[in-house]
Amino acid sequence: MASVALSEAEKVYIVHGVQEMGIGGGHLACFSSPRVWEAQGEKEDLRVDGRGCEDYRCVDVETDVVSNTSGSARVKLGHTDILVGVKAEMGTPKLEKPNEGYLEFFVDCSANATPEFEGRGGDDLGTEIANTLYRIFNNKSSVDLKSLCISPREHCWILYVDVLLLECGGNLFDAISIAVKAALFNTRIPRVRVLEDEEGSKDIELSDDPYDCIRLSVENVPCIVTLCKIGYRHVVDATLQEEACSLASLLVSVTSKGVVTCMRKVGKGSLDPESIFEMMETGKRVGKVLHTSLQNILHKEESLGTKRQKVGFLG
Amino acid sequence: MAMEMRLPVARKPLSESLGRESKKHLVVPGDTITTDTGFMRGHGTYMGEEKLIASVAGSVERVNKLICVKALKTRYNGEVGDIVVGRITERRRSAEDELAMRGFLQEGDLISAEVQAVFSDGAVSLHTRSLKYGKLGQGVLVQVSPSLVKRQKTHFHDLPCGASVILGNNGFIWIYPTPEHKEEDAGGFIANLEPVSLADREVISRLRNCIVSLVTQRMMLYDTSILYCYEASLPHPIKDILKPEIMEEIVLETRQRLLEQEG
Repeated sequence: MASVALSEAEKVYIVHGVQEMGIGGGHLACFSSPRVWEAQGEKEDLRVDGRGCEDYRCVDVETDVVSNTSGSARVKLGHTDILVGVKAEMGTPKLEKPNEGYLEFFVDCSANATPEFEGRGGDDLGTEIANTLYRIFNNKSSVDLKSLCISPREHCWILYVDVLLLECGGNLFDAISIAVKAALFNTRIPRVRVLEDEEGSKDIELSDDPYDCIRLSVENVPCIVTLCKIGYRHVVDATLQEEACSLASLLVSVTSKGVVTCMRKVGKGSLDPESIFEMMETGKRVGKVLHTSLQNILHKEESLGTKRQKVGFLG
Repeated sequence: MAMEMRLPVARKPLSESLGRESKKHLVVPGDTITTDTGFMRGHGTYMGEEKLIASVAGSVERVNKLICVKALKTRYNGEVGDIVVGRITERRRSAEDELAMRGFLQEGDLISAEVQAVFSDGAVSLHTRSLKYGKLGQGVLVQVSPSLVKRQKTHFHDLPCGASVILGNNGFIWIYPTPEHKEEDAGGFIANLEPVSLADREVISRLRNCIVSLVTQRMMLYDTSILYCYEASLPHPIKDILKPEIMEEIVLETRQRLLEQEG
């Protein structure tokens, strides 16, 4: 993961900011071994940019930015910039699931994001993110895969989801999952009909109208909420500096109804079961608000229709 | 908890909001500035085929007979006497070094120093031969473009709002709580890891957001502009300062106040 170097004093400053300010409390000898405070009074959590522990940075979402894809989205979360393109292609279904289409994920960590990603440097992170995306979509309800089937055992739609990391400013997983959801919402798959003639050979007919498409329902597509453990509290939407102070993080994948589809711990530090439970509850709470905001903004963008001023990359 | 999502808005060209009468002459590398050979060429220009051509992307500045191009976004070029804030990335590995310095300065530490000499390849040598320089303790670092830091007599400022700031010429801005005892300029020997009070933290976070807003709106950074921006931001909660519309409002107010002060 792209990271920044911080001095001990900077880390101490960040950790103190996140934790509660106990009244007349003692001090931390070093940030990696905190003493438990007797927290009284208001929890005045103040991060370096003034946010609270559960606040996100401002998110810019735009869909339909790449013209030659079936669906695309660009998400900017602070300094993190993600571009997702979805291409729908016809192929044969998998042997074990003959009535369904499927999704394929590919993540490219561009060298534009940080010099660490030059050459093959970004491959490890790319495969890690792609595997996480496979896991969170690996259940029956996230995307209705049966709607992607054209004719069982023979033809189905395969959605190739390509994620491009343009800039890395912390909290990659959240931004990528938001962008994937927005891109899937924007995806328009051409409507096809299977015609069978007398001999039994099948023909696939594409509709004449280029706007005649099927849309995917993204009601149950989950989003990832990353909770970084800093000191003995956890924060949402960590910047690169905060990630450098955190030894362990929990990635929770939450649907809009608050259902957790998958959970993953990253980092070399340890998490005790109490913390994991608290972080999961926070993740569910934050996830529901995240989904509501995203759905509102996507519907707002769609309602603007052709009046919408496309900003793209030259804005 | 706060979560805000919005649709992106195209950036307005800055001159509209300023109401500038004279447009800046912007050039890119290779552009002809003038064919008049009577001018002396300054930084960012070169003579070719009887024409004065720009070698960097920026705005043309003319002082009597001297024409130079001031680049809008550059790598830092060291000058003797500049104050810089830097992070230690690598160090010499020798026995004496291990004994003497490793206990004090580690990789990843931040220091403030002054440029002593500049080599022909652009590398600079630094010195910390004064107790006001040295290792930096708790605080916040903001990285900006070096061209936005105004050259002044002093780069160490104790702002009246309750925090201190070091404006490094290399674009590294260090914001830290004002130390109570001014006499002991110990050069950072004693690392103070006591928790910083909430009031100081709020001032530091607010200053950090103000500096980020000024930089986003391409304003020069110096103690007065930062202070005016801080005062303009006081009615708003700290985390709202980074919202685009509030950022524009605050920086516009700062700009107006600075113009009034000059005029």
